[in-house]
Amino acid sequence: MTQQSRNPLAARDPGRRRVVGGLFGLGAAALAAPVLTACGGGAGADPKTVTFGSNGGDATPKKAYASVTGAFAKDSGLTVKTNTVDHDTFQKSITSYLQGTPDDVFTWFAGYRMQYFAKKKLCSPLDDVWDKIGVDFSDATKQLSRGEDGKYYFVPLYNYPWAVFYRKSLFKERGYQVPQKWSEFIALTKRMKKDGLSPIASGYGGGDSWSILGAFDYVNLRTNGYDFHMSLMRGKVSWTDKRALATLDHWRELAPYYQQGAAGRSWQDAAQSLLDKKSGMAVIGLFLGQQITDEKIRADIDFFPFPEIDAAHGQGAVEAPTDGFMLSRRPKNEAGAKKFLEFLGGAHTEELYMGVDPSNLAVNDKASTGSYNALQKKSADLIASAKQISQFADRDSDPGFISTVVLPGLTEWLSHPDDGSGTLKKIESQRSRFFTA
Amino acid sequence: MSSAPTTPPAPRRARPRRLGTGDRIFLTVIIGIPLAALLFFVWLPALASLGLSFTTWDGIDLADIHWIGLDNYKEIFTNYPPFWPAVRHNVIWLLFTALLPTPFGIFLAYQLDRKIRFTRIYQTAIFLPMVLSLAVVGFIWEIIYNPDTGLLNGLLGAAGSSHHIDWLGNPDLNLWAVLVASSWRHTGYIMILYLAGLKGFDPALKEAAALDGANGRQTFLRVVFPALKPVNVIILVITVMESLRSFDVVYVLGGGVGSKPGMELLSLLITDNIIGESSHIGYGSALAVVLLVVSLAAIGTFLVQNFRKEDQ
Repeated sequence: MTQQSRNPLAARDPGRRRVVGGLFGLGAAALAAPVLTACGGGAGADPKTVTFGSNGGDATPKKAYASVTGAFAKDSGLTVKTNTVDHDTFQKSITSYLQGTPDDVFTWFAGYRMQYFAKKKLCSPLDDVWDKIGVDFSDATKQLSRGEDGKYYFVPLYNYPWAVFYRKSLFKERGYQVPQKWSEFIALTKRMKKDGLSPIASGYGGGDSWSILGAFDYVNLRTNGYDFHMSLMRGKVSWTDKRALATLDHWRELAPYYQQGAAGRSWQDAAQSLLDKKSGMAVIGLFLGQQITDEKIRADIDFFPFPEIDAAHGQGAVEAPTDGFMLSRRPKNEAGAKKFLEFLGGAHTEELYMGVDPSNLAVNDKASTGSYNALQKKSADLIASAKQISQFADRDSDPGFISTVVLPGLTEWLSHPDDGSGTLKKIESQRSRFFTA
Repeated sequence: MSSAPTTPPAPRRARPRRLGTGDRIFLTVIIGIPLAALLFFVWLPALASLGLSFTTWDGIDLADIHWIGLDNYKEIFTNYPPFWPAVRHNVIWLLFTALLPTPFGIFLAYQLDRKIRFTRIYQTAIFLPMVLSLAVVGFIWEIIYNPDTGLLNGLLGAAGSSHHIDWLGNPDLNLWAVLVASSWRHTGYIMILYLAGLKGFDPALKEAAALDGANGRQTFLRVVFPALKPVNVIILVITVMESLRSFDVVYVLGGGVGSKPGMELLSLLITDNIIGESSHIGYGSALAVVLLVVSLAAIGTFLVQNFRKEDQ
């Protein structure tokens, strides 16, 4: 407060009061705001509009969802108001999002992650929608869409397998054979290293540490089988179990053949090195295809199922996460939202979506696969032939446990893969905090 | 904390003897509202965190809050692998910032305050990072540190090759890489603060020192530095606070996923546990209370000591 300002202010007293009065109003409004929103809802619901919260922030899925919502609007006369949020942010804020005023329909993942919110009553059951769309889905998919109480909470859109991807032309040039057994796989990585390649493309730097879980899941599935893997994921078995240690022992054989500097690289950069033939193979999902810009290269990409480690478990388990939609707990336009979900579950919708984003597979049995490229066809066969389908570690388990305990532990171990039992002990000591049952 | 300054000016302005009823109501309102806001937005959450730190809660249903006493703290101190690394990193962060970028900022300010040529250009250049949010600073350094295409590895001629330096991926290196990025911004901040102090410095003191035959170093250490005590206090408090609350640069450079090996910080552990799909509000709150206690202890000790000296 300077001296100059004091007198004029005193002279224009009412002016100051008006200003402060205005501030007072603002302050009161700020104080009242949280109270108001807390008991809000109801008002403003428009029967002609359905709101849709999408995590498809990247260009390709965004375009694909736009074509789907556009078609629904034409079909039903309802307007879909899409609210797109970046993928990682969407996941991170999902709990508070669902407790606030979420959109009527929102994108989410099948399995444990969906069941968690169903159990917490943050979403609505969809049995009446499934009465209409149910005939088009396989039993495995139905299983993935149900909560622990047996009710449906989820409408699936697509899934995509994880496998070991490579470039056909590179394998041909160098005379590499597709490995079926673990020993052949390790021998191949050794040979690639000798040939001056990075055998396994890898980038788990920054926010991409999740990408190592694909390899972990597969090594565990192949070493110990599906049932043990699921028990481990759901916190029912100790992480210091010697079977888990066996998994890390196998993984350690592979670790020296990971691309150098993986801890500082994004998965996209790693995928690029595979496309550039600097890396020989990549353990990754079909979404690798989103990284391809040259269609000629797309035709040159192929994959093989993760090699067999223990003959007792073979190559039967396939990791294929399923994405889809859920209904929020108090949708503003329930009738419209259910109509939208019914539309989303339809075969035609899946065709529309996959037409724009060819790096996923439709899960609706009636959806035409005529437009599939070779990679999609092979992926569909792989999933169809699977004995068991796992999701992805953070979808089969408590995502908090995976992201704050398992991932930091495993990434740290992978950079210096020596003390496996020490890493497992650290993980095990946290398990009870997440799984109380 | 930031809303605190809104309250004091009002009472100072008041002249009690001349106040009528209207004025009194008016004053009550203009003091009452910010006070209520302060209590509601600052103290209530702080106390709620303290309370929640003795419970387990998933943040969804109020009925699910269970009292578990000191269990969270016991877990954190004895059985939470990233906790002690985080404490260590916070201390490293504090020492590093206090010993390198802060004195460097002061040094730059002192040099730029002498009427050297192009001083304005230098000032702008050094202050420029401060204009950016720390998150943006993170994005910039992410590009610099990239192992395949980054500027640093490019300069070293190692980009994309097998012997590149993995600045952000190597757990022994990434904390230091992040510290450099944060110092890049902190230096400008300190410089501008100190420069402001120097502008208000009485040049007569310097002249007197020169007449007494003091050289540049002596003038600074014996005359300028002690005379600028208020600014020094502010700078120290800022340095301590910035170090303890450091979060954004690490969060961005770590890829926006919370704590990573080598880069654990208390602030990151808190968000790890509170934000996300399955939140552990109680556990996270206990960590937040630990950070609060550490911050209060650091700032409190410093302020008490300073004011005590002032009183004497």
